[in-house]
Amino acid sequence: MRDVAIIGAGITRFGERWTTSLRDLCTEAGIAAIEDANVTGEQIDAMFVGSMSAGRFIGQEHVGALVADYVGLGGDLHIPATRVEAACASGGLAFRQAVAAVSSGMSDVVVAAGVEKMTDVGDATDVLAGAADREWESFAGATFPGLYAMIACDYIHKYGLTREQLAQVAVKNHYHGARNPYAQFQNEITLSTVMNSTLVASPLRLFDCSPVSDGAAAVIVCPLDRAREFTDTPIKVLASAQAGDTIALHDRPDFSTLGATVAAGNSAFRQAKLERKDVDFVEVHDCFTIAELCAIEDLGFVPKGTAGKFTEEGQTQLGGKLPVNTSGGLKACGHPVGATGIKQIWEVVQQLRGEAGRRQVEGAEIGMTQNVGGTGATVVSHLFGRV
Amino acid sequence: MTVARFWREIPQRYNLVGTKCETCGSVFFPPRALCPHCRRDGKIVPYQCSGKGKVMTYSVIHSASDQYFDLKPYVLAIIELEEGTRVTSHVICEPDEVYIGMPVTSVFRVLDREGPDGVIHYGTKFVPDV
Repeated sequence: MRDVAIIGAGITRFGERWTTSLRDLCTEAGIAAIEDANVTGEQIDAMFVGSMSAGRFIGQEHVGALVADYVGLGGDLHIPATRVEAACASGGLAFRQAVAAVSSGMSDVVVAAGVEKMTDVGDATDVLAGAADREWESFAGATFPGLYAMIACDYIHKYGLTREQLAQVAVKNHYHGARNPYAQFQNEITLSTVMNSTLVASPLRLFDCSPVSDGAAAVIVCPLDRAREFTDTPIKVLASAQAGDTIALHDRPDFSTLGATVAAGNSAFRQAKLERKDVDFVEVHDCFTIAELCAIEDLGFVPKGTAGKFTEEGQTQLGGKLPVNTSGGLKACGHPVGATGIKQIWEVVQQLRGEAGRRQVEGAEIGMTQNVGGTGATVVSHLFGRV
Repeated sequence: MTVARFWREIPQRYNLVGTKCETCGSVFFPPRALCPHCRRDGKIVPYQCSGKGKVMTYSVIHSASDQYFDLKPYVLAIIELEEGTRVTSHVICEPDEVYIGMPVTSVFRVLDREGPDGVIHYGTKFVPDV
């Protein structure tokens, strides 16, 4: 197995991109990544594209081929492109496929992209509900916020989380988003903004929920020993982990512990031979505020039931012990579902290169990502370091 | 949901017919054709659930998909049946009535109608067991 490095990363502005199509979003992010990596089309061996549900959001399947074609890698160069799907973990999983392709020796220079065009559909709630068990959760009345709300209800019952602690996750992520020029929401909010917003699925309110977004992101990987051909600041992939769980929330022994996050996190730390204290910052899957609290506990950074207090103390904000979601997270940066996993990695690249501007984590050496599909039936986690 | 997709699971949806693994004794609702604990050593047979259970966690849904838009706000819950398996369903009660540990029992109800001339889907919901 060969060591793998990221040599380039690109992203689009996330948000309601009414004038931009799926293929144009991908082209925008793809060109940015290719220019960043200083590679030519002829040097690229393969491409993986994460997309949760282009079929239902815009009626388009065969997204790998479409994207490869419109970024100029399809028609003349005939580069193989594969679409990867694991609901909201599609992006992280596309990256993992790219790492596997390079690590195995099958390919050298590989693009991992993620995209979603969500604003062209009316009932996005129903499309997203397809990430759960359609027959026995969604059809029975479970919306996606409803499922995470049941995780929150269980968590509050067991650990006594306060409404203010939960709201602080969104306040903190908007603080970070206000420092990310690519974020959907670049405005700071207060606790009362969250606590007075409309109820979506009790106890979750509108500002506990990530938005519907359009956007794309792309990164380029190659063998570590070739990385210096392309860049002076390669980022090494220290670990690539994936874990699974039951598709339905009701089949989990503990609703407020994502077993797949625990498994993927443990695997990642084992692979990298690192301790939790070695990690300087983490990008986690805060599709809802409660999910961020579960994530930092299930990854092992704080004991179960204490993430609310840790957040309230400011430890997950820039300047705290463990900055979480400096990109603004899914809440403020936006959540184009297939793109999110790649956006997390893009943010890690900005931080480890020291190019994150007003949201820079000082002296960042090691970064981690955690990308969740559904309510935790797929979790993909990566560790990255400077070289 | 197409007619056949709904119709093929009428015994399950109408009457809470799940499955049981005779090897390890686990009951499954929603039904499983393979025991995830015993895998190929399991012996799966149909099993009639009693419909009695308790609320494990819940949420009041205020923003619904089109299917249940007219019902909002409604109580969604994960219910542990007395056989030990768990199911996601509606609890028909006032939003402030539901609590963790609430005893419930299954009832046969209309789930939704596919428009004025469309198929009516029936199925199982739960009510407080008093």
